[in-house]
Amino acid sequence: MKISEIRDILGAKVLCCEESLDKEVLSACGSDMMSDVLAFVKNQSALLTGLVNPQVIKTAVMMDMYCIVFVRDKLPSPEMIALAEDAGIVLLATETRMFEACGLLYKNGLAGEKD
Amino acid sequence: MGETLHFHYDVDGGNFTSAGDASVHVKRKLRQLGFPPETIKRVSIAMYEGEINMVIHAGGGTADVFVSPESVKIVLADKGPGIEDISLAMKEGYSTAPENVRSLGFGAGMGLPNMKRYTDSMDIESELGVGTTITMTVNL
Repeated sequence: MKISEIRDILGAKVLCCEESLDKEVLSACGSDMMSDVLAFVKNQSALLTGLVNPQVIKTAVMMDMYCIVFVRDKLPSPEMIALAEDAGIVLLATETRMFEACGLLYKNGLAGEKD
Repeated sequence: MGETLHFHYDVDGGNFTSAGDASVHVKRKLRQLGFPPETIKRVSIAMYEGEINMVIHAGGGTADVFVSPESVKIVLADKGPGIEDISLAMKEGYSTAPENVRSLGFGAGMGLPNMKRYTDSMDIESELGVGTTITMTVNL
């Protein structure tokens, strides 16, 4: 699924790295616990989260993820957006809540885990 | 790259916002040096977990990274309270992190086990009231 499709399905706003909307995301994960993302996530390239602090971006950097979706209307700070821009990570923001956002993407063919 | 490169960082203990900056920097350096992506990921996750730990538990410390063609060695040293029971701290899910740390997305008790999992060797030296030094190596 292209990042642009994630944007469309979730009615999300693009906050940075618009030039990478054509990138393919094969699987995603949803968590507010960065500890768990670092411990359990394998090759998922998109993260859905309701947590807003710079460690969300840095966690995504460490995990080689290239798309973060902020759910339930959470908005990252300009500092976080700058960090993401620097790392080439697309930031999306949607009003949709976590459960629904994950469900919508899953229903449309995005996997939870991809080996 | 024949010789060993050394990177040194001071990790600011009072600043949760800047935690992880050293790991981001190391990741970028290893990319520039052309290391394999899987190696870079292992090094950077292990170091990032360690950096976060130093900020949460120890009031900061220092991070030294030694890069050679054979391995990447990470030495994290702090003058924090020390780890009372290392085998307990190594258990998945065991955490002494305060509640406010959990609201920041950390403190699930996965840090140390994760550092061990992503590295080829990990050594913890800790003395109560003196500090902790963790040495991790990822071989190429």
